[in-house]
Amino acid sequence: MKHTLIVLMEDRPGVLNRVSSLFRRRNFNIESLTVGHSETPGISRMTVVVDGDDTVVEQVSKQLYKLIHVTKVTDVTSEAAVLRELALIKVHATANTRGEIMQLCDIFRAKAVDVGADSLTIEITGQEDKIDSLIALLRPFGIKEMVRTGRVAMVRGWSGNGSRGARS
Amino acid sequence: MNLTGAQMVWESLVREGVDTVFGISGGAVLHLYHALPDYPIHHVLVRHEQAAAHAADGYARASGKVGVCLATSGPGATNLVTGIATAMMDSSPIVAITGQVATPFIGKDAFQEVDITGITLPITKHNYLVTDLRELPYVLREAFYIARSGRPGPVLIDIAKDVQAATGEYEYPPEPTLPGYRPTLVGNPRQVAQAAALINAARQPLILAGRGVILSDAAPELRQLAEKADIPVVTTLLGISALPETHPLSLGMGGMHGEAYANLAIQETDLLIAIGARFDDRLTSALRRFAPKARIIHIDIDPAEIGKNIAVDVPIVGDAALVLRSLLPLVEPATHPEWLKQIAIWRAQSSERDILNQPMTGLCPQYVVRSLYEATGGQAIMVSDVGQNQMWEAQYYQHDRLRGLISSGGLGTMGFALPAAIGAQLARPDALVWVTTGDGGFQMNMQELATVVQEKLPLKIAILNNGYLGMVRQWQEMFFSRRYSGSHLLGPDFCQIAAAYGIASARVTEPEQVGPTIARAIEHPGPMLIDFRINPEENVYPMVGPGAALEEMIRRPTAPVLAQADGGTPEEAES
Repeated sequence: MKHTLIVLMEDRPGVLNRVSSLFRRRNFNIESLTVGHSETPGISRMTVVVDGDDTVVEQVSKQLYKLIHVTKVTDVTSEAAVLRELALIKVHATANTRGEIMQLCDIFRAKAVDVGADSLTIEITGQEDKIDSLIALLRPFGIKEMVRTGRVAMVRGWSGNGSRGARS
Repeated sequence: MNLTGAQMVWESLVREGVDTVFGISGGAVLHLYHALPDYPIHHVLVRHEQAAAHAADGYARASGKVGVCLATSGPGATNLVTGIATAMMDSSPIVAITGQVATPFIGKDAFQEVDITGITLPITKHNYLVTDLRELPYVLREAFYIARSGRPGPVLIDIAKDVQAATGEYEYPPEPTLPGYRPTLVGNPRQVAQAAALINAARQPLILAGRGVILSDAAPELRQLAEKADIPVVTTLLGISALPETHPLSLGMGGMHGEAYANLAIQETDLLIAIGARFDDRLTSALRRFAPKARIIHIDIDPAEIGKNIAVDVPIVGDAALVLRSLLPLVEPATHPEWLKQIAIWRAQSSERDILNQPMTGLCPQYVVRSLYEATGGQAIMVSDVGQNQMWEAQYYQHDRLRGLISSGGLGTMGFALPAAIGAQLARPDALVWVTTGDGGFQMNMQELATVVQEKLPLKIAILNNGYLGMVRQWQEMFFSRRYSGSHLLGPDFCQIAAAYGIASARVTEPEQVGPTIARAIEHPGPMLIDFRINPEENVYPMVGPGAALEEMIRRPTAPVLAQADGGTPEEAES
């Protein structure tokens, strides 16, 4: 089962390396990993998608806590959470196909962010399965280039990230 | 006060209570060495940086203080790696300080540049690269704090050469507060109460004591618990000496080469109380058949150890001494005569099989170790190497002195014993320190005999010399159709090696020479090396073969019976 973990860590040189090195050496199966700033200066926020049973995910969490710069690990898998990913897809488009592609984009609430002579670059935000679906529909037109960010997550409602995920 | 970076290092070390460091100089630490003579710190010049790390580790294990080693950049730093990994696996508090090339050269493949913080990332509790002088005092303070607190471990500080040379304001910082590092020390009262209830209800309880007991100075509490509730105690290799091994409730070491009665107790107990032990594969063997009848209480300061290898019924995260102190008042006095009687029967059966109770032929390593025990009354600090010698030492020396065994358990580092003993002797100058090693492991770091002489250390060295990488040979005999590939070892004349360093020595080939030679070594004021020419193809028994459960031990063949395993079907061979 896929678990989504939110990891808060001090923004220090090498901290991303510490985390990714930990995943490799502990043989954890990481599906995606994104990192960026959080609401607190000096604290980075990472979203990790881990594939494994509860025991494995518990180990991931405990091992992350052993890193001195990691301050908080929260498993939001069973929480009501907003899960989002962003993708940029550059798809082959001619005058004949452009309209059809734009229609697909409308259905998915994706938008064209760049138009070239023979291409269209599309930006889409949403859950992975939604992005997967659009990609599947665009593939017959010819996808020239694509980038996906990996999942970011936030728990719905008022609970800030300081209120849950007690240390075990 | 205004200091150079190099002076800040020594100033901080003095304030951290460091009086001894082990190291070798080089280009990137010249500033450090230049400043050193102004500080009350004894520098031990080793002959290889690996030995500096092992010596710092041995110092830490013997004293309970943080051990410190020092090396230059590049090869100096990489030579520390095995020693740092050894300390990591055995939770030994050491601080390793390395020089780094000057800041403008970092990342340019400069002479003797290596990314040692990258290399040691997985084998340190934490590490630092210091490129800004203002950070240096804080890094030093944090490093010692992290190394010694919580679950101890090695911390590396890599300091750029220009930072060592630069001058700045120095103030010794207060004890750091790290938002991401707050070890849990006190056990959860509800869990502790649950544990007490299980202990009070158990009919065949057993304590498994690991190194955590020693690291948290919980030996008195362990003893109280064992005596109050009449619970026998098995230890891991690194838990040896947590309870005096001559204590009536001590069952010695369990595991792959553990005492048969200790392993049988693990398999029959209805409540296993693991304290500061991590269920290493060398202890558990077949994990799914480990302690099958037992509920398990697991006390450990590292939350990640709980549930890592084995599911437990009552986990308690905390410092072993503090947890035991909260547990003890809840534990009712009890006796378990039936259980202890059963164990006594197993123990008697083991005794019958014991090689020391058979007619002896040749020079048995077990006899050598037992003679060392008898000559020292179990009070020496024993520093063992890795392999057969390590197991014989653990089996036949009864360690009554707390912290009386120093050995590389987790990483299993051959070559550990001699340098670690150097550290141990410096930490405990008045103690009798014996190295027990094999001819293979000894040759991995025997250059350190020079350090022994330079430091005038009265170390006693027992080489159990069988001309083999003995444990490898034993596996090849048992599981690889006796094909002794790469395990026969041509050694030097160790007495001549000792003589070259000006160290007294003796060669022992007959059992009757063993006692008198050991006595002579103990009386000898300086270091002495004894080359024991033991039976070359002696094996370590009992042995739990690969894939087998603890009760399926391969036992020593009794006299009239041909060699055969009484259980244990090796499914896979891994050493």
